[in-house]
Amino acid sequence: MNSELPPEFIVKVDYDRCRRCRRCVMNCSFGCMTFKDRVVPEHRRCVACQRCVTYCPEYAITVSKNELAYKENENWSPEIRKNILKQAETGGMLLTGMGNPREYPILWDHLLIDACQVTNPSIDPLREPMELRTFLGRKPERLEFSMDEAGEIDLVTEIEPQVRLDVPVVFGAMSYGAVSLNVHRSLAMAASRSGTLMNTGEGGLHRELYPYSGNIIVQVASGRFGVHSEYLNTSAMVEIKIGQGAKPGIGGHLPGEKVGEDISKTRMIPVGTDALSPAPHHDIYSIEDLSQLIFAIKEATDYEKPVSVKISAVHNVAAIASGIVRAGADVVTIDGFRGGTGATPMVIRDNVGIPIELALAAVDERLREEGIRNNASILCAGGIRSSGDVAKAIALGADAAVIGTAALVALGCRICQKCYTGNCAWGIATQKPELVRRLNPQIGADRLTNLLAAWSLELKEILGSLGVNSIESLRGSRERLRGVGLDSQTLELLGVKPAGVGQ
Amino acid sequence: MRIDCKGLYYRKQNKMIRDFANDGETEFILDNANGQRYIGGGIEKKIKITVNGVPGNDLAMFMNGPTIIVNANAQDGVANTMNAGEVIVHGSAGDVLGYGMRGGKLYIKGNVGYRTGIHAKEYKKQVPVIIAGGIAGDFCGEYMAGGILVLLGLNRDEGTPIAGDYLGTGMHGGVIYLRGGVDESRIGAEVSVLEPDAKDMKLLKKYLAEFCGHFGFDLEEVMSEPFVKLLPVSSRPYGDLYAY
Ligand code: SF4
Ligand code: SF4
Repeated sequence: MNSELPPEFIVKVDYDRCRRCRRCVMNCSFGCMTFKDRVVPEHRRCVACQRCVTYCPEYAITVSKNELAYKENENWSPEIRKNILKQAETGGMLLTGMGNPREYPILWDHLLIDACQVTNPSIDPLREPMELRTFLGRKPERLEFSMDEAGEIDLVTEIEPQVRLDVPVVFGAMSYGAVSLNVHRSLAMAASRSGTLMNTGEGGLHRELYPYSGNIIVQVASGRFGVHSEYLNTSAMVEIKIGQGAKPGIGGHLPGEKVGEDISKTRMIPVGTDALSPAPHHDIYSIEDLSQLIFAIKEATDYEKPVSVKISAVHNVAAIASGIVRAGADVVTIDGFRGGTGATPMVIRDNVGIPIELALAAVDERLREEGIRNNASILCAGGIRSSGDVAKAIALGADAAVIGTAALVALGCRICQKCYTGNCAWGIATQKPELVRRLNPQIGADRLTNLLAAWSLELKEILGSLGVNSIESLRGSRERLRGVGLDSQTLELLGVKPAGVGQ
Repeated sequence: MRIDCKGLYYRKQNKMIRDFANDGETEFILDNANGQRYIGGGIEKKIKITVNGVPGNDLAMFMNGPTIIVNANAQDGVANTMNAGEVIVHGSAGDVLGYGMRGGKLYIKGNVGYRTGIHAKEYKKQVPVIIAGGIAGDFCGEYMAGGILVLLGLNRDEGTPIAGDYLGTGMHGGVIYLRGGVDESRIGAEVSVLEPDAKDMKLLKKYLAEFCGHFGFDLEEVMSEPFVKLLPVSSRPYGDLYAY
């Protein structure tokens, strides 16, 4: 069938400036640029990944929206009409990448942070110590000490395994397969330099990264790819993946063409076969079953590692999280509906799940009410974009925040949402050697380390202005947040007062 | 060494096994086992564990090397995500056996429950083998991505099907052999029924000889009935669901 899809973007080449170096032709991984006497763009192939625009030495290329591709109509947006055309042509589900881009409210942008004035002094973080360190894992209800005859005091309470974070931001789960090995290398190096964690996602851990085990969360998902006892033990923490914010209730599917030699080795499946992750874990149909898997992992790791359970933020998230904590999880990771993905049906990404801000507030509240908040740490994922979001998440009750997309943006991602094609021009969501090469892991690690260093400085400024000197003092401190432009029910759910109301 | 498992909490029992195995002990006999979970879980040493009694769920989970002999029935989740080793059950076993199993052998004398061999997969020389002497429940071999699954259907009543519904549904790798044919209305859409060739029969004979050796079945008699084999139609059953 001939496609009737109009091009989404128009690529303009300023031929006066162009010096015919063909760099754009080499750089475009979507086959948009060809050279016939001069550079000729095929508009229809452009995905606006901005690779050519960035790499043209003459800045001769501009990409713009094809404004009148679809005549204006508030109800029938270009997106909706494009999707219908595509489906009429193929009969398939629409596949997409990255997180939900639609105009749902972003509650982070309706929350504001308090600061000290006159009556309680703020602290200058440049001169006074500021503690960003935090520990993930189950905390005891109380501490018991003993004193011997010589007056030496000893801790009697047995402390469950804890993982230390020097900065309350960890990298989110992105599998080797969805992203390239150079992305994993960058994340692992940056995590170890910054004193935080990266997460393997569900595709196993490449042998080359085993030395970074102290900074790695290894994931166990329904497909159990690359999961064996050595893998489980090469980690700081093990995570059971139940759900992902971009695709709650949906399984994963790495197409066979991405399963090359190295991925096959890491996932432990033959080259070229589809890697299908079923929607549920077939050994988990209840909280009791979840508990069984948590303790199977603890047995296999000799009770030395905290076990996290990751779920997507759905309507009943608070009750589910309570069950997870009671099942024995040491960490609960909640992934909001803005969370990214390498590939998911668009209808799921854009219509399923709830905002992380509400999910986080509900979970923290519920665990407190039930008196079990100390039993597990909360990781907040899905839509964290800045240190401001991190601070707000911690004030709403998170122990630390998780960044996936933000980390990829630091590595060069332009959020073109074409991750599922395997053609990522920035060498991130691809396995093609010539594209993977585009991301230098050393430079990648530097960029990620810089990002975390910058956010750390900003977090310290926020803490200073709040007049507290540790991230622990901000945790769950919703009194230090105020809402603007939020209805009373949302404010109540978030547990924050409207701006303008004092104590 | 012998461990009396009567009233013994699984955590203590498994820690004993791990600790003694680390100290060089290679043979364990667990008497009076009664529902203790995770026996052999995650163990990487080539030890042998004999279980006298019924072990609990997730027997041999993440196991990588040991041999486990169960002189009774076993429960759910045997050989879950197992990498290598051998589990021999002198009885029947429950649901979700060999989930994500990637290597080693699981031999069960009697019947097996739902979802046997679900998402079993293979990698190069690591090919998991699951053989059940009896019949299987629904969704047998579901999502199978690799490995060999054999159902013998021995000693079943006349008219009892060898497996439940949705046999091999979502299967995209590996092979299932069934002794004495199959009712095609019960199989999943992603598999086709074929006749085994000489190579298949050689492979079957090798594993069935082991199986019969463990449980005292007569190999010739077992091999006397014709087998059928189920293979996935495609290694990419869901390749054309999407619009790009
Ligand atoms: S990269 Fe720029 S200068 Fe080089 S051929 Fe393309 S448009 Fe011309
Ligand atoms: S990872 Fe690559 S393909 Fe995916 S959105 Fe970013 S730039 Fe585009």
